[in-house]
Amino acid sequence: MRNTIVSLISIILGLIAGGLLMLFIGASPIEGYTYLFQGALKNISRIGDTLATATPLIFTGLAVAFAFRTGLFNIGAAGQMLIGGLAATAVGLTFDLARPILILVMLLAGIVGGGLWAFIPGYFKARFNVHEVVSTIMMNWIAYWTVYYVVPGYFKGEFLETESRKLAEGSTLRTPWLTEMFQGSYINLGLFFAVIAVIIIAFIINKTTLGFELKAVGFNRHAAEYAGMKVNRNIILSMLISGALAGLGGVALYTGNASSMQIGILPSQGYDGIAVALLGANSPVGVFFAALLFGILYSGTGFMNAMIEIPPELANTIIAIIIYFAATSVMIHRLLNKFRKTRSNANDVDGPVGKKGEA
Amino acid sequence: MWTIIEQIFPYAIVFTIPLLITALGGLFSERSGIVNIGLEGLMISGAFASALTVNFLQDSMSGSAVLWIGLLVAVIVGMLFSLLHAFASINLSADQVISGTAINMIAMALTVFLARNITGSGNIRITNGFTPFDVPILSQIPIIGDLLFTKTYATTWFILVVLLVSAFILNKTKFGLRLKSCGEFPQAAQAAGINVVRIRYIGVMISGALSGLGGAIIILTYAGEFTGSVSGLGFLALASLIFGQWRPLGILGATLFFGFASTIANVSQVIPELAVIPPIILKIFPYVVTLIALVIFSKSSQAPKAAGEPFDPGKR
Repeated sequence: MRNTIVSLISIILGLIAGGLLMLFIGASPIEGYTYLFQGALKNISRIGDTLATATPLIFTGLAVAFAFRTGLFNIGAAGQMLIGGLAATAVGLTFDLARPILILVMLLAGIVGGGLWAFIPGYFKARFNVHEVVSTIMMNWIAYWTVYYVVPGYFKGEFLETESRKLAEGSTLRTPWLTEMFQGSYINLGLFFAVIAVIIIAFIINKTTLGFELKAVGFNRHAAEYAGMKVNRNIILSMLISGALAGLGGVALYTGNASSMQIGILPSQGYDGIAVALLGANSPVGVFFAALLFGILYSGTGFMNAMIEIPPELANTIIAIIIYFAATSVMIHRLLNKFRKTRSNANDVDGPVGKKGEA
Repeated sequence: MWTIIEQIFPYAIVFTIPLLITALGGLFSERSGIVNIGLEGLMISGAFASALTVNFLQDSMSGSAVLWIGLLVAVIVGMLFSLLHAFASINLSADQVISGTAINMIAMALTVFLARNITGSGNIRITNGFTPFDVPILSQIPIIGDLLFTKTYATTWFILVVLLVSAFILNKTKFGLRLKSCGEFPQAAQAAGINVVRIRYIGVMISGALSGLGGAIIILTYAGEFTGSVSGLGFLALASLIFGQWRPLGILGATLFFGFASTIANVSQVIPELAVIPPIILKIFPYVVTLIALVIFSKSSQAPKAAGEPFDPGKR
């Protein structure tokens, strides 16, 4: 409850800051936000696009949040997405299987690719105590260059050197009925997989021994070790699952929202995953809603930019400011405490019993 | 072979310098006990500030004075921007990695937002950057003259001076020793009468200033245009800091390594001797070596002991 309030206040502060920015460049914030929300939610097809934009963010947000729970900072979701996406694209372009099996194999490929990419930093962390922030950043660049040379080398597109071949209609996560239902939007099955992932991860974190152990390692590594938990194994496992989730994000992005891979780009969703996790207070359900919000901001700013001259980077700026406020939530906590104190002081006038149970 | 080395050397040094000065900034911050993952963002803010300043002034002023003003503005902007990180991690005890991430995100988004609003395309061009020159007399020395003293930038020499001064400050002055003590055992430092909060603020602000300078040097020497990113150099500087084991000279070595590895990878296609190596190997080489180095150094890590921990005066 408390976390939700802090997140909501961060969002409001971020939106206010965005409004101030619009004022600063001489645009009307009310007009700007009207167009932004219209662009994201005006009709069914735009809602579909917004949901599709949010899909990879759900995965990367889950990935970062899951690692966070074990006290690990997975800043390498972008690289894990690339490798997961590359593996799935490779499968989709190479094998000619029945559609359900093909999709399943592509998802598995994404899980394996992303998981492998996160396993290495996880292993280094557990075995050699190498800080995962630096090692995952290194893995990001290795992934970047791997895609940069593997895509043109083996899956070169017909027209462009910088793109992979397009996946056939039947080898992507798009389905005709969804596209029709959302009137031509690029929404796809990825969203369903994302929702399933949210449920599974919530189950693992809250209801299983594994989740309990991972959280215990995150709270206090030494206490967990003293209690007989295999800390090193848990660290590796946590990174593995985190990477697998990010890999699935890559599958959703490159074989769902898009149908080919471009080279020379680290997907921004990897970094945004940190923001999503933070805003969602590292809970799977929180991640889901935070990703939806970011989906709205991202898909709305395109329309806003077309209607009035506000650069689309407004979305990134708002998100960044939200994250700064979420990171400095101590400030918001203090304000809330102050607020509550003044209220309970006011109650003290009526009776000496303070409301200690309320928290 | 010799001609290749001769050709690569000046470029490698040009590429090393921004990395070096940014990593040096990170050194001050981490030695004071604040992990600064926002180096990338601070570099971007400096790059943006310098590009904007020079772009704005270049029509009315001429010569290299404009460029030095650009560098100065970048230093100031970087320093001011780093205050956000200092405030969050020192006053509010925020998670320093998250706060640094927020710094990166704000810089990446806000600079492009403003640049797009100013120029329309989001890129800011400068017409004239620093021009390389041959150092008189010294460039005539055989071998090292060709390697070190030809096609050098004024900023290179300036940064090397900053490096020496920094090494001196950190190791020989009262301030430097105090700074390091705050990163090792802030409670003891405070008990000895050192104002930990103030020292840490200064550490973070120096990192902001130097990172801003690093970003500006990229624009004013080899890039010539602000495009909204510094292509991960800030993170590379962070890795160099660890690779260099938190020592000024170690950082110099680590950044030189990255400078050379990247330059070799970049020019490999035009040099026949190198073209036989698959480019992917050359491109991932620096990152793989860093990973290996991290593993090797992990046993004897010289990391400041209190880096990353919020300062709690009551902790024993």
